[in-house]
Amino acid sequence: MAVSLANHVPTYADEPASLANLSRARRHEGVETAFDVDRDDLVEVMRSLRDEHEYQQLMEIAGVDYPERPERFEVVYCLLSLTKNHRLHIHVSTDEKTPVPSVTGLWPVAGWLEREVYDMYGVGFAGNPDLRRILTDYGFEGFPQRKDFPLTGYVELRYSEAEKRVVYEPVSLAQDFRTFDFLMPWEGAEYRLPGDEKATPEEPGAPSPVKANVGARTPNSKTPAETPKTTEKPADTGAGAEANKAAAKKSKAAPKAKAPTKPRAKK
Amino acid sequence: MTQTLDVMVGGAPGDKPTAGDQTVSNYTINFGPQHPAAHGVLRLIMELDGEIVERVDPHVGLLHRGTEKLIEYKTYAQALPYFDRLDYCSPMCMEHSYVLAVEKLMGLEVPIRAQYIRTLMAELTRISNHMLNLGSHIMDVGAMTPNLWLFEVREDTLVFYERVSGARMHANYFRVGGVHQDIPEKVLADMGDWLDNRLHLVEDAISLVADNRIFKQRNVDIGTVTREDAIAWGFSGPMIRAAGVPWDIRRSQPYEVYDRMDFDIPVGTKGDCYDRFMVRVEEVRQSAKIMRQCLKEMPSGPIGTLDRKVFPPSRGEMKQSMEALIHHFKLYTEGYHVPAGEVYVATESPKGEFGVYLVADGTNKPYRCKIRPTAFSHLQAMDFMMKGHMLADTTAVLSAIDVVFGECDR
Repeated sequence: MAVSLANHVPTYADEPASLANLSRARRHEGVETAFDVDRDDLVEVMRSLRDEHEYQQLMEIAGVDYPERPERFEVVYCLLSLTKNHRLHIHVSTDEKTPVPSVTGLWPVAGWLEREVYDMYGVGFAGNPDLRRILTDYGFEGFPQRKDFPLTGYVELRYSEAEKRVVYEPVSLAQDFRTFDFLMPWEGAEYRLPGDEKATPEEPGAPSPVKANVGARTPNSKTPAETPKTTEKPADTGAGAEANKAAAKKSKAAPKAKAPTKPRAKK
Repeated sequence: MTQTLDVMVGGAPGDKPTAGDQTVSNYTINFGPQHPAAHGVLRLIMELDGEIVERVDPHVGLLHRGTEKLIEYKTYAQALPYFDRLDYCSPMCMEHSYVLAVEKLMGLEVPIRAQYIRTLMAELTRISNHMLNLGSHIMDVGAMTPNLWLFEVREDTLVFYERVSGARMHANYFRVGGVHQDIPEKVLADMGDWLDNRLHLVEDAISLVADNRIFKQRNVDIGTVTREDAIAWGFSGPMIRAAGVPWDIRRSQPYEVYDRMDFDIPVGTKGDCYDRFMVRVEEVRQSAKIMRQCLKEMPSGPIGTLDRKVFPPSRGEMKQSMEALIHHFKLYTEGYHVPAGEVYVATESPKGEFGVYLVADGTNKPYRCKIRPTAFSHLQAMDFMMKGHMLADTTAVLSAIDVVFGECDR
């Protein structure tokens, strides 16, 4: 991480020296002052931060989803010290099944903040007396902020004139969901042009460089090839439903198609 | 009263109700989600004992649009307009936290004129927001006229919005690295005239209610919050200042050019609805003071960083220079890449601390953008603020919170 040059962003006091004695917390690398804490130690660490280190306010609890980690969720508590004018973050990680101890006993404001993380990620909070969904619809299923939850969701609703009420239906998209990948295919992979032995200087007397394998390109892990788009079924074409066959039939009254007539000869 | 009644009907306390008497049990009512005093789509489940509120359960999320999820699928520049649509009463202050968060991650310097413009517009936004809130607060407790007058001032601020950014509400004006376009001299001059000649309307409107007996009866000692409660419930902005905590991010954690500005921070003494109202009234005066200083000291220079990998070249330059054209194309298709990291940046929006917790993974899209709304923690405290108050006080408490659901529900 580059050293921050920006001097116009909110600037607060330096980190209080007392944080050096904060036990059961490992420093979390980054721009902000942050610590990693084990789940079981969370309440104790938070209590000591509030009572001994003067972090009076809990401003925010943010959930983050890292699906590739064994414990995929990170819960970040943003604390603010009004007296020392400092902000601090506490990171706790968890998975789908293990609940995080609730801090509602320390800050009543945590009630809704934990409800929101539960609603969005499905992270449980042991000890929260009112862990209901908060932002999503009544009867909503799934956890929308998880990375594996599609942006379009699974259900959509509309007002049905026939039933005179709002009905829920599976999402049907008129147009495929489009996402543009702007990552450069040449970023990340390293190529060596065949015969370009000057690209990397070598020791005198070193064996001649191996010829680059031109055919096999290093797959770029950042831009995995998507499944090729096929049109096997009529539905894949994006065309609408098949027209009614009965409509194609001709009625008896319809004028019969005549053979193309010759242009009339002049009288 | 009950005793007198008992004496009159000849019963003793504790007697079973005789025929004709009625026992009243608690009952539950719905306040909203479609109610003009709910300031949007708020549904309050209220348990009433007669006309006394016993319990309030706010149901939020009826305006949830998945902003945070959408932002994860947009480039950094495309994510900006979503912020206008959070608190649509103070759009530029929403953008402010976001651009500062990205700039903090990138370590980007912003030219001094852009910083002054941002400060100026943030304070104009504060006046605009407070005009709406003060007016609707007054109207919610029964007075009509001041609201009409304050809306005139708000209309002026929206006209300035349009002259500066091209849009009356969803400005999309702040940019990472600066602002979208320069403000013409004439607009700045007109803004100065407006500050001198039009703000007396605010004073006139407030003078109608500030000492008014009915207004005071509806607000003084309603929804009182102590200092300790305000801190424990995560209050910020006018809500925490009305409770007597002199905390303003503009002063304690200055950003942009607020450290050069001379302004006072109003603080309440009792923490009731009246204090919150008066804190906002004084903030309007202080905002005008900051705007005057910005106009007076407005430096000249570029309005965006000259780092062409982040901030696009001007339109005219783009037509002339191949390099500029390439930069323009790259910035509006791929966008810029933000180095990996996590930041939390909070600014003093008109409603309180509006924060953005941004996680970047080095690509051109945010990995996670958590928005810290102001109304969320304030609304959560509705239950304890309302306990024991009359049903009619709900509107006063709600107005004094200054809740906007675009921001609360995201």
